[in-house]
Amino acid sequence: MTNFDVVVVGAGPAGMAAAAAAAKHGAGVCVIDDNAKPGGQIWRGSDGHRDRRFAAYQTALEVARVNLRRESRVVAHPASNVLRIETLTGFEDIGYRRLILATGARERFLPFPGWTLQGVMGVGGLQAMVTAGLPIEGKRVVLSGSGPLLLAVAAALAKKGAQILGIFEQASAARVMTFGVQLLRFPGKLREGAVYRAVTRQAPYRTGAWVVEARGDHSLQSVTVSVNGALRAIECDYLGCGFHLVPNLELPRLLQCQIRSEYVEVSDTQETSVPGIFCAGEPTGIGGLEKALCEGEIAGLECSGRSGAHLFKRRDRRLRFARQLDLAFALRPELKELVAPDTFVCRCEDVRRRALDSMLSWREAKLHTRCGMGPCQGRICGPATEFLFGWNSEHVRPPVYPARVSTIACAVEVSKGEV
Amino acid sequence: MTRSVSGEDAKPTVDLTVNGRSVSVRSGSNVAAALLQAGIAFRTSVSGEPRGPLCAMGICMECCATVNGIPHIRTCQAAVESGMEVVTG
Repeated sequence: MTNFDVVVVGAGPAGMAAAAAAAKHGAGVCVIDDNAKPGGQIWRGSDGHRDRRFAAYQTALEVARVNLRRESRVVAHPASNVLRIETLTGFEDIGYRRLILATGARERFLPFPGWTLQGVMGVGGLQAMVTAGLPIEGKRVVLSGSGPLLLAVAAALAKKGAQILGIFEQASAARVMTFGVQLLRFPGKLREGAVYRAVTRQAPYRTGAWVVEARGDHSLQSVTVSVNGALRAIECDYLGCGFHLVPNLELPRLLQCQIRSEYVEVSDTQETSVPGIFCAGEPTGIGGLEKALCEGEIAGLECSGRSGAHLFKRRDRRLRFARQLDLAFALRPELKELVAPDTFVCRCEDVRRRALDSMLSWREAKLHTRCGMGPCQGRICGPATEFLFGWNSEHVRPPVYPARVSTIACAVEVSKGEV
Repeated sequence: MTRSVSGEDAKPTVDLTVNGRSVSVRSGSNVAAALLQAGIAFRTSVSGEPRGPLCAMGICMECCATVNGIPHIRTCQAAVESGMEVVTG
């Protein structure tokens, strides 16, 4: 087992900012990340973005000799102040004095007929695939779901030569307009707004609209969209469909951090209800890059014995923006009607809605139908069933990711000394 | 036989084998992008449906395949390497 003053889980913007701030002030820092490259879902290493802050943080981490554990997933919490990580070849226990959870967010997926066809992906998912080498030039793309990601991805894919046939936002025009006006209050977001307006001039952007069905023989051929109640079929190669984001709360829950209104509850200093465990970025409220950087820095400073108080005001502004996002892109109840009796709700175990109709809870569904018991461990169908049936999928048990038996079975080794 | 599926021949490519078939993709791609371009199903679901990637961030597990003999590799998280052998199922 290796011990560190500060361990950060997640090498996205919040985690990088946290590690940089903590290491700058002398703490021995380890960052654990699932991916091959740091940067999280937004920066994704150096691929396809022009944000200089990423390179600056990367340099800062190197200079401060921050220990970066790539392709490593936290699977359990085998003893107090210890995390067990699984790597491609084995496992390791990492001890900490202070822990910063910067686990980020994922897209929320809602089931609808045809959503399991190849070619149907998340909105961010499609962009990630394109960044990772999927050719998109000349491809016909429909984007649907909810949230600012729809517009950001439409802009990015259009730039690469995709034909964006339509952007379908479930939120009402009134809500989106209100949000647009709110954007004016957040100066950093103005440029973002300008990009969005440019996109909507090129591709039809419809509010109060969503995909009701995807069709194809094994892979996607067309979608049917509902625009203010009128149905229309569109032939396309790819559908990006995701309903805003949900925070990755598996680890905070495993560590018994208090969750309130779907987010990790934190103090002014980003400390959770568990002393010594801090949280930064999307798990405290879906608010994007600036909020994540600010919260990460506060957490990093606080964990290395400094104060982040000078950043509280900026953070609070970003937090207000996060709340506005939640209000603007709240899901409309009609989306619950999309899932047909024979639509798969749980993709891992192929559990259809019909099988879930008589279930009263997430736990009952798991026991009787295996819904949420597959390899994703309910990460996809959990948020969907919360919305569809009002189930509470809060209970988390180790391992929080599928792990090898040897990883789970071994006892915690005696500490080999401190770094 | 090497089949170019990248459509961008000017860029350096990497050859890998997918289900015994040679596939050539742009260098720097991930394995999931290679399979998607080749039009290959990543996985057969428990009821027999062909599946492909959904989240592309290592969470949904829909893109898992056997890479160089190691099962359950999330192809959206794995970069292509020359001579890599991928088996889907």
